[in-house]
Amino acid sequence: MSMEFMLIDNMPVEIAGEANILSLIRKAGIDLPTFCYYSELSVYGACRMCVVEDKWGEIHAACSTPPKAGMEVRTNTPRLRKYRKMILELLLSNHCRDCTTCEKNGKCKLQELAQRFGIKQVRFSNTSEESDMDTSSLCISRDKSKCILCGDCVRMCEEVQNVGAIDFAFRGSKMCVSTAFDEPIANTKCVGCGQCAAICPTGAIVVKNDTARLWKELSNKDTKVVVQIAPAVRVGIGKEFGLPEGENVMGRVVAALRRIGFDEVFDTSTAADLTVLEETGEFLGRLQKGGVFPLITSCCPAWIRYAELNYPELLENISTCRSPMQMFASVLKEHYKHSNRKVVSVAIMPCTAKKHEAAREEFQENGIPYVDYVITTQELIQMIREAGIVFSEIEPEAVDMPFGATSGAGVIFGVTGGVTEAVIRRVSDDKSVSALRAIAFTGVRGMQGVKETSIAYEGRQIKVAIVSGLKNADDLIRKMKKGEAHYDFIEVMACPGGCVCGAGQPFTNAEGKKLRGAGLYDADRMSNIKRSEENPVIMALYGGLLKGKTHKLLHVHYHRKA
Amino acid sequence: MQEIIDFKEIDAILERYRYESSSIIAILQDTQAKYRYLPKDVFPYLSEKLGISTAKIYSVATFYENFSLEPKGKYIIKICDGTACHVRKSIPILERLRKSLGLSESKETTDDLMFTVQTVSCLGACGLAPVLTVNEKVYAAMTPDKATELLAKLKEEN
Repeated sequence: MSMEFMLIDNMPVEIAGEANILSLIRKAGIDLPTFCYYSELSVYGACRMCVVEDKWGEIHAACSTPPKAGMEVRTNTPRLRKYRKMILELLLSNHCRDCTTCEKNGKCKLQELAQRFGIKQVRFSNTSEESDMDTSSLCISRDKSKCILCGDCVRMCEEVQNVGAIDFAFRGSKMCVSTAFDEPIANTKCVGCGQCAAICPTGAIVVKNDTARLWKELSNKDTKVVVQIAPAVRVGIGKEFGLPEGENVMGRVVAALRRIGFDEVFDTSTAADLTVLEETGEFLGRLQKGGVFPLITSCCPAWIRYAELNYPELLENISTCRSPMQMFASVLKEHYKHSNRKVVSVAIMPCTAKKHEAAREEFQENGIPYVDYVITTQELIQMIREAGIVFSEIEPEAVDMPFGATSGAGVIFGVTGGVTEAVIRRVSDDKSVSALRAIAFTGVRGMQGVKETSIAYEGRQIKVAIVSGLKNADDLIRKMKKGEAHYDFIEVMACPGGCVCGAGQPFTNAEGKKLRGAGLYDADRMSNIKRSEENPVIMALYGGLLKGKTHKLLHVHYHRKA
Repeated sequence: MQEIIDFKEIDAILERYRYESSSIIAILQDTQAKYRYLPKDVFPYLSEKLGISTAKIYSVATFYENFSLEPKGKYIIKICDGTACHVRKSIPILERLRKSLGLSESKETTDDLMFTVQTVSCLGACGLAPVLTVNEKVYAAMTPDKATELLAKLKEEN
C-alpha cells in the first residue's frame, strides 16, 4: 500500500489513520494548543486555539478537520498567532485573574497558554463575575466564574462516565455549565469520580483540598497520626518531582510522610491482600452454596455510588468486602484501640470518591469515621512542597511493622485488571512460577476499557469481565440484563485504566497512564511475595486481631436507599 | 407552588414519540402544552424513561426561549415589540398592562396565575401594528385604553 502524506509547516508527515490533522500535527512534534480537545472525548471544536492555515489562506480547526493526502497547512503564521492571542484575551476578559489564590495555580491551562503566547495585557474591560462556588460535594468544588465553556467536563461526565450530572444550560452570553435546575452537585447523580476536575483546564472544577485541616492534626501533640498509601500513588507522584513517569517511588513517599510528621506509615496493598482473600472466599462460597452471580467487585467507591443511584437491584451482586482502604482503617482502629493517644487515620489515595466513601455512615462507629482524612496524591504533592522536602533527593524508607509486608497481588490493585489477577492467583490450583506468569497473558492486563477472560476452576469455566470507565460498566450491565452476556465475576473501576488514572493523581496523557500501570507490574515483579495468601502479615492477622471479627471489620452491606 | 403531575399523561406523550430521546423537544412541547410550563418533577421522570440525564433535558429546556420553567398564567399576553410595533408605540401598551396587573420585567405572571405578560420580537403582523396576542388570538391596532378594556373583558370571562 502506498503511503499518503500531508505537509505540515513544509514537513512531510505520513497519514496513518489519524482522525484529524491535530493528531498528525502533534505527531510531527508540534505542540498545537487546545482547551477542548482530548482524544478520549468526542470532538467539540469550540475553543478554536488549534486553528491552522492552508495554502489558500483558509483557516481550519485542526481538531475537527480530517487529514487528506497532499494537504498543506501551516501552524504558526502571523494571522494564527493573532487569532490565538485574541481568543486568550477574550477568555481572560471575563475570567477571574487572581491566579495566586486559585487552587489550579500552576496547573491551569489558561494560565499556561496566556504565558506561552505572551499575553501581557488584556485590551478588553474586565467583566469577570464574583466567584460562584458550589462546595456541596465532598469530592469536588465548582466555581462557575472560572469556566471557559470548553465543555470537557460535560463530555467526560456523559461520554466516559455515563453520569451526566452537568451539562450546558441557557444560551449565548448566559450560557453556563450547570446541573439540572442549578441544584448543588451533591444532590445530583454525581458519583464523585472527579474526572471532570481532572480534565478541567481551569479552576472551574477542582478537587476538594483537605490539607489545611490535616496539617493541624499533624501538629497536635496529643494525636497519633497513622497513614496508609494506596498502590497507585507510588507510580503517580514521581513525575511531579522530576522523576520518570510511572516510576515506583514508594520508599520516598514513606520517607516524606515521616518527615511531614506522620507517626506510623503503612501500605494499603497490605489490606488489598485481605480483600483478595475475603473476596475469593465470598466468590467460592457463592459457587458452593449457589449465591447470586455475577459477583461484582466493591473496591471502587465511585462505582458503588453509581450502582446505588442507577442499579440498586445490583447491590446484592456487589461483594460485601469493604474496600482495601476501609479494611485497613478498621484493622488500624482495632489495633490502636488501647492507644493512650487519640488515633487519627489518614489515607493517601489516587481517588476523589474516597473522600465521600470515608464519610459514609457505613464506615463510622459512634459517629467517628474509620478514616478521618482522605488526601489525594495531588494534595500530598502540595504538602511535600509546603514542607520543603526535596523529594528527588530523599532516601527511601520502608513502611512500619506490624503491617509491613505486602504482596505483588496487592500492589497491582491500582491498575485495571489487578484485582482480578490477584483473585486468579489465589484460586488457581497450579502454584508454579510458570503458571503465575501465564496469568498475566490471560487478558487481564492492558488499559482497554473492557476485557474478558475465563479461568478453569474445579472442572468448570469461570467467566470474568474487567471494565473501567462507568460507561463501559453500564454498557456491560445492559448487555447482561438483555441476556446477551453472562459473567461469574466482574471487576469494575470507575476511572478508565483503574486507580492509576484516578482524578486525585496528577493529570497525564494515555502514554503516562500506561507507564503508571507498567510501574505497578514492575513493583509486583520485584516483590518476593506474589500471592495474597503468602503474606505473613495477613496470616498473622487472621490468627490474631481478626479472629472472630472478620465480618465486623472487613465486610459491609450497602442498602437500597429509599 | 408544587404542581401535581399525572404521570399517566406524561406516559401518553412519551408513547406518542415511542420513548425516543431524539424527540425530546417535541416531548417537552407537548408537556408544556399540558401544564403551560415545564414542571420540575417532570424532569427526573423523563430522564428515567428516555435514558438521558436531567441536566441534558434542562440544557434543552433552557436553550429555547419558548420553554418556561415557571408556571404561566391562563392568559398569556404577548406584546409585539418588533420595529414596526415599537415605532407605533407598543411600549405604552406594555406599561399599561404591567401597571394594571402589578407586573414587571422580572415578574411576568400574576400570583393568581391568570395573566402572563411578555414581549416578543416580531409576530409577523406588522401591517396591524401595534399588535398583541392573547394565547393564540391576535388583537390588532392596540392602544393602552383598548388593552385595559381587553383585560376587563378577560377578567369577566372568569
